Amino acid sequence: MKSAPLAVKRSDKAVLQAEDLDMLIQNLRKRGHQVIGPTRREGAIVYEELASAQNLPAGWTDEQDGGTYRLKRRTDGALFGYAVGPHSWKEFVHPPAQRLYRARRNGKQVEFLPETPPAAKCAFLGVRACELNAIAIQDRVFLGGPVVDPGYQSRRQQLFLIAVNCTVAGGTCFCASMNTGPKAASGYDVALTEVMESGRHYFMTEAGTDRGAEVLSQLPLQRATSRQEQIAADMVSQTARRMARQMDTTGIEELFYRNYEHPRWDDVAKRCLTCANCTLVCPTCFCTTVEDTADLTGQHAERWRKWDSCFTLDFSYIAGGSVRSSSRARYRQWLTHKLATWMDQFGTSGCVGCGRCITWCPAAIDLTEEVRALREGGPARGAAPTGKETKP
Amino acid sequence: MAPTLEISEPKAAADPMLPVPCRIRRVRNETADTFTWELQPADGPARFAFQPGQFNMLYVFGVGEVPISISGDPADTQSFRHTTRAVGVVTRAMRQLRAGDVLGVRGPFGSAWPIEAAAGRDVVIVAGGIGLAPLRPALCRLLAQRRRYGRIVLLYGARTPQDILFPHELERWRGKFDLEVQVTVDRSADTWRGNVGVVTTLIPCAPFEPANAVALVCGPEVMMRYTVRELQRRGIAADRIHVSMERNMKCAIGFCGHCQYGPAFICKDGPIFPFDRVESIFGKAEV
Repeated sequence: MKSAPLAVKRSDKAVLQAEDLDMLIQNLRKRGHQVIGPTRREGAIVYEELASAQNLPAGWTDEQDGGTYRLKRRTDGALFGYAVGPHSWKEFVHPPAQRLYRARRNGKQVEFLPETPPAAKCAFLGVRACELNAIAIQDRVFLGGPVVDPGYQSRRQQLFLIAVNCTVAGGTCFCASMNTGPKAASGYDVALTEVMESGRHYFMTEAGTDRGAEVLSQLPLQRATSRQEQIAADMVSQTARRMARQMDTTGIEELFYRNYEHPRWDDVAKRCLTCANCTLVCPTCFCTTVEDTADLTGQHAERWRKWDSCFTLDFSYIAGGSVRSSSRARYRQWLTHKLATWMDQFGTSGCVGCGRCITWCPAAIDLTEEVRALREGGPARGAAPTGKETKP
Repeated sequence: MAPTLEISEPKAAADPMLPVPCRIRRVRNETADTFTWELQPADGPARFAFQPGQFNMLYVFGVGEVPISISGDPADTQSFRHTTRAVGVVTRAMRQLRAGDVLGVRGPFGSAWPIEAAAGRDVVIVAGGIGLAPLRPALCRLLAQRRRYGRIVLLYGARTPQDILFPHELERWRGKFDLEVQVTVDRSADTWRGNVGVVTTLIPCAPFEPANAVALVCGPEVMMRYTVRELQRRGIAADRIHVSMERNMKCAIGFCGHCQYGPAFICKDGPIFPFDRVESIFGKAEV
């Protein structure tokens, strides 16, 4: 069933047949966007540039748990039938390595050459509700203060965001309890819900911005029936109910501020490898370090900014040693920042409940469990026997 | 849910990570490992405005960048000064630079000593070691408007007599009738006839009125911890004691995350904090 373009406005619900999704990608590419979306690579679903809808991981899903990630086949051809993988969108807006400037020395003169802002404009396809929240959080970090990060601002300003509401709850997801998903509430240009019912495969579309409506209006849409709207809405609300993990955020700042010396920090330190995986997969972690390079002549130097992690010893190094030398202090810093001090700094939690840090932790440390233990003072599940009782 | 922020069009603002080339006009060795630079923008003298207590990021070509407090007189319109102790890779490279060499400067950054808010009160300055450097601009400004303040007391502790920073200036200041200067060293050879002992030992008898005093404290964290304890014992309220904190710092604009101290970013919320703002975590290990 083919249909002519249908003019839609913000918040209008319309149906796009799954076979026509590629037209959305091609439309954005024609508008000069580099379309980034999920694709299957090396046994994981990662975010890369998409040439067409063919690159999407059709018929794949994932199994996730603490320290576990496996792709497996679905019985259908769903294009977005999985949860988030090891990548997050931050790598395209807040790149892992970025040159800050080049410096040139000529005798007693030194010149600093600024970087030109990036030209490429990106469209992200398949942004989950938790990830939209993560982008909104990084916006507050890099654009919300008196000083703005010019590179971030330039990339961010050109972004076109296509959200996909989650119809599958990942094994480590807890967005429902963080009030960040599974339905995209705001911050998108277009939102899609993938529906498969009685042999049909289509997307319920909704424009969140005028430019989103403009892009959708060029696609072969059909008006959504109220039954179709209901099916799509039900699928998303079921996802929320199927979420196995949750985090109780009641009074969470106070919980952390009161518990700097809680024995649980010793307990988690025995399990934490301080490998920094959690900070790298986290869609909101923003810390960076700088690296200086000079060429052999000594006349040219460059300064680079690179992702860093509060789990390294270097991170807190000042004359005389590292402030946070124990893994206990480094884990405490990470979790306290993420869930408590972040609120003081940016008026929002630093956690969106995506579960990546649980999945990609080689020691399967689960922050929802750590928070519960801080509240209850209980022993760790799967913790190595310590021979000592921990007291609340 | 995270509140969304309106994304505005990029403004043609100066890149906050791009340094300004500045030339070293003079180098003065202060102690065996500490030196002072007098700097000017490389393309000619220009007014460099800062508040006492603020810092700059100093970049050595191809080596790295470090946060260093400004140690000059804020009334100096011709140049600005930094006093640095060579202890790390970058500061040791800085020590090799000579007059005429150019480095990159970003700044000034951070919070200032509460010089205005202290008007009408006694001011007690307690410095340990290199901690005197960021307090020097504060004292310069206090002395420039001497009539606005009550008693001004400077208590300074150094490790040994050879480590005393700005000794000639300290002697000159000590010669003033309206300034109380006391110096002590942690340890000394037989030739020293001055005070021996940590700087906190000077606090109990220092001449100031605790109920109406403001304290400015800078030095190693352990020194500040005992100093604050002594000042509180004398009766100065926590919100009138100001401490200057130090942490690793890579950007000075709140983006790199390294300088976090509990909920604060030392680069933009500090480095100077009223003690009541950091009291709950001050002295806790590894925060």
